[in-house]
This record gives sequence, structure tokens and C-alpha cells, in this order.
Amino acid sequence: MKTPRKTLLMMSLLLSMPLFAGIEGDAERGRTAAAVCAACHQADGSGMHIPGGESWPRLAAMDAGYMYRQLVDFREGRRTNASMMPFAAMLTDQQLKDVSVYYSQLPATPGQGGKDAAADLLKLGQRLVEQGDWERYIVPCGSCHGPASQGAGSNFPGIAGQHAGYIERQLLDWKQGKRDNDPQHLMLAIAERMTEQDIRAVAAWLSTLPAQ
Amino acid sequence: MKTNRFQWLLVGMLASCVILPVQAEQQLRFPVNPPQPREGQLLHTPPTMDDLEAARMHPELKRVIRRGHDLFMNTQQLRGKNVFNDMNCSSCHMGEGRMPFASPVWPAAVVLPNYRPKNDHVNNLEERIAGCFSYSMNGIPPEYGSDDMVALAAYHQWLAKGVPIYQLGDYYGRGYPIDQPSQEPSHERGHALYENNCAICHSSDGSGMRVKGETHFPAVWGDLSYNWGAGIIRNFTLAGFIHHNMPLGQPYTMSVQDAWDIAVYINSHERPQDPRYEGDVRATRARYLESFHKHGFYGTEQQGRLLGDHRNTGEKPILKPEVLRARTFTPQ
Repeated sequence: MKTPRKTLLMMSLLLSMPLFAGIEGDAERGRTAAAVCAACHQADGSGMHIPGGESWPRLAAMDAGYMYRQLVDFREGRRTNASMMPFAAMLTDQQLKDVSVYYSQLPATPGQGGKDAAADLLKLGQRLVEQGDWERYIVPCGSCHGPASQGAGSNFPGIAGQHAGYIERQLLDWKQGKRDNDPQHLMLAIAERMTEQDIRAVAAWLSTLPAQ
Repeated sequence: MKTNRFQWLLVGMLASCVILPVQAEQQLRFPVNPPQPREGQLLHTPPTMDDLEAARMHPELKRVIRRGHDLFMNTQQLRGKNVFNDMNCSSCHMGEGRMPFASPVWPAAVVLPNYRPKNDHVNNLEERIAGCFSYSMNGIPPEYGSDDMVALAAYHQWLAKGVPIYQLGDYYGRGYPIDQPSQEPSHERGHALYENNCAICHSSDGSGMRVKGETHFPAVWGDLSYNWGAGIIRNFTLAGFIHHNMPLGQPYTMSVQDAWDIAVYINSHERPQDPRYEGDVRATRARYLESFHKHGFYGTEQQGRLLGDHRNTGEKPILKPEVLRARTFTPQ
């Protein structure tokens, strides 16, 4: 006779938790758990562009489902990063959901790293982002990443307004075979066709765009 | 395919024997290998929008061609007026209508006017474009000679720059050519392939994905997709489109057989009525059988359901745009 009551309790708990892109998390609990994230990703989720170093991505206003899946992939070793691995392993699965929901609800902060880039680099970046280069089968970013590259669901994260250093590192990782946790390798297929110059250009231009 | 695999094997063997100090030039995991031109085929590389800026043409003409390009890439700006589904011209004619094997649009500008079996009369370029609006975009075409129609036609003609007209030859990369499958296409295999390769964008229920209320990934069946009169309801056309172009960025990863299987799966779902429907789906199928419907499932039973047996026109408020009229070219 305990079971139905327990089920009811569970159900009411579930119902009280907002659903974000298929994951159930509590932003308030996430705020507490996110204390361990703030050293790099900052309390406001703005992350940091670090020229010549490892840039930390902005998490504020990113899709919760996308962030959660990346955290799980870090934990399971499907995505590797020496800095992230211990943190993803430290939190419980529910905490991973909670921090993802928490960051997804923070207002977006501006991307950094592109404003001082050379004009011709930005011009190349804008062209690749908006039009792609079909001769080399590099499709425009927005054809997957959503209108104005601001994201489409949990599989295609917003990349507009992300830090240049982070985007550059990720695309290079795909190109160099160090990252391959993208669904169906849709990103890998494009990234491996891009030159390092293309990657720098796209990263710089995207960082100058509004995230929302 | 055997050669490719063999090459991979060789590369793998070499890599395991030799320790390279630096990473060698990477072997692409997703190489793009379109068919090579055959002897006697006409190869044409359409000019780009940069070429347009550099061209010696009247600035007003450049402006109109730019407008045509903008309409071509973002046809959704005509939503509710001329377009009543989630399609843009560029949804099917990828890469600005310039890409070989993505039904590049420049051939239309050099072979038309021509006789067209689909409507059994001679069509010019504007009427051909009106066909895309009427069927693929489940719409009501812009008026012949209207600003939008002239701009679109001008963009097509610009892409054909330099191609001799009325040379009814063999154009490299035209349409979505595809071989016959080795096995009978399978709805069941197609379903599994669709889930694994297509649903991430086009969703399991075929409705695509909308973002902030706007089309992002187009619907491949249902009310917001192409209607039963669109060329791509022909299984060979959809199979060819898939084989050469899908998933986006990974052309030729779906084999000929895979592409046919996915095509019959997608095209065995419902979609808005063929504008040529006259109240009886089997009669409409029979009337356009040879020129069109024998290649698709309209008016046939699939998965226990008679397809196209309805009056649903999706978001379009009418069934048949007035411009889809017969022509006789005989003196009155």
C-alpha cells in the first residue's frame, strides 16, 4: 500500500520540476551545485576567452539538454577534457541536470575574442557563417545551428556569441580527431574540411554576434 | 566501394607500422565523391554573387538579380502569400541553386521554353518556377511578370551565364540522377534508416523543426511539406535527392539502396492534396499516371491506407492556383 503513495509523491515532485528539453532539473538546486563550476565558467555563466590558452565557454542561456549531454559525455569519456572530467564525475546525475537547467536560465553574456580580429579575417568568417563554401561542401553554420546560429533544440547548440577561443579549439579538436561526440558526426564532417584559417575566421566572427 | 575500403585498410596498415613524428595530412572521414563528368557532358560552373558585384552590368539589373537570390534563399518571406509550407527554393536546390546533383536551376534557363509532359504544353521559365510554387511550396505563385517573378527568373538566368541556349544536351549534375536499387525498396528498412539518419533534424513524425516560430529543418511529410503534385513525391526523385545531398554535409553516405528505402518510407506518408485533384484520388492518379504518378504512391494503398484520399490543402486556403491552366497556343 506504500507504493501508490510513493508514486504519487514522486509524480508531484516531478510535476513541480520544470522540463527543459527533456531533462528534469531544478535551477535553485543547480545554483548551489554550480559553485564548483564558477571558478572557470564564472558565477554569471559568462566563461572566459583566454588568448593563447584554454578558453572556457559561456554557459549562460545555452540549451539545458545540450549541456547535460556534454556533461554526461565528459563523465563517460565520450568527450575528453582534462579540466572538465573531474567535475563531471564529481556531481551526481541529478546535479548535472540541475546545473544545466540553472545555466540555461541565466541571461546571455557577450562573446569575446573577435572584436580585435583583422578585418579580412572577420570578413571571411562572416562569409563562411552566413553562406558557407559549397564548393568545399562547408555549409552555412545556421543551416544546422538555427536562425542567426543561435541554436536549434538540444542537438544543435547556439554558437553565436560564444567565445572565439572556445569555438576555435572545438573545431580544431574535431578536425584533428580529438572530439567526435557530435550526433551522426554532422559537425565533424564539416570541421575536417575547414582550414585552420577558416576556423579562426568563423570563431572570431561568431563571437561578435548576439547570442539571443 | 571495395577500392575505398581497400585504401582505408592500406592506410591503417601503414599507420600502424610507421610512427609518424607529426600527424600526416588527415584522411577525411567524410570525403565528398560526386560522380565524375562523362564524355560529352556539358560542365558549367555558375557565377557567384561576388561575380555579380564585379560584373559589368547595369546597377539596377544587379539589384534585381540580388532580389531574386534573396527570394530564392529565403522564400519564407512570401509565407502566407505565395508559400504555404516550410520550404524555400534552396531547400531542394541547395547551395544557392548552383550545386551539381542538387538540381541546379540554371539548366531551366537554357532549355525553356520547352514541352513539359507534366502539364502537356510548352512552358517558359516563369511557368516552370510557378510549378515549384504550386507543388513543392504548396503555394500560389507570384503573378507572371510580377516583380518577384521577374527577379527570380533573372537570378536563374544569371546562373546560366555563358551556357549556349537550346542545346538540349546532357548537363553534368542536372537533377538528382540515381540508379535503380538492387532490391525492392523497403518501407521497413526505410523506417529504421530514417530514424537513425534523418529524424534528428526532420523529426520522427516528419514535421521537421521550427525554431522561434520559423522554419528551420523542413517538414518531409504532413501539412507543412510539399504536396502530392510535387516532383519529389516521385520515389526516384526523392531517392536521388537523398543519395546526393543528405544528411546535410555528408553526401553519398546513404547508398543507392538506402536512399530508395528512405524515399519510399517518407513518401508513404500523407501530405497536402495535389492541386490537380478533381474529387477522386484514383481518377486523378489515372489521369496523370504516365507523366507523373506512376513514380509515386499517390492514389495507392500503402500501409493499409489509401494515400491522397482527402481534401486537405494544408495551410493553403485554396486547392488549385489559377495559373495552373491548360494552354493551347491556337488562334482564338
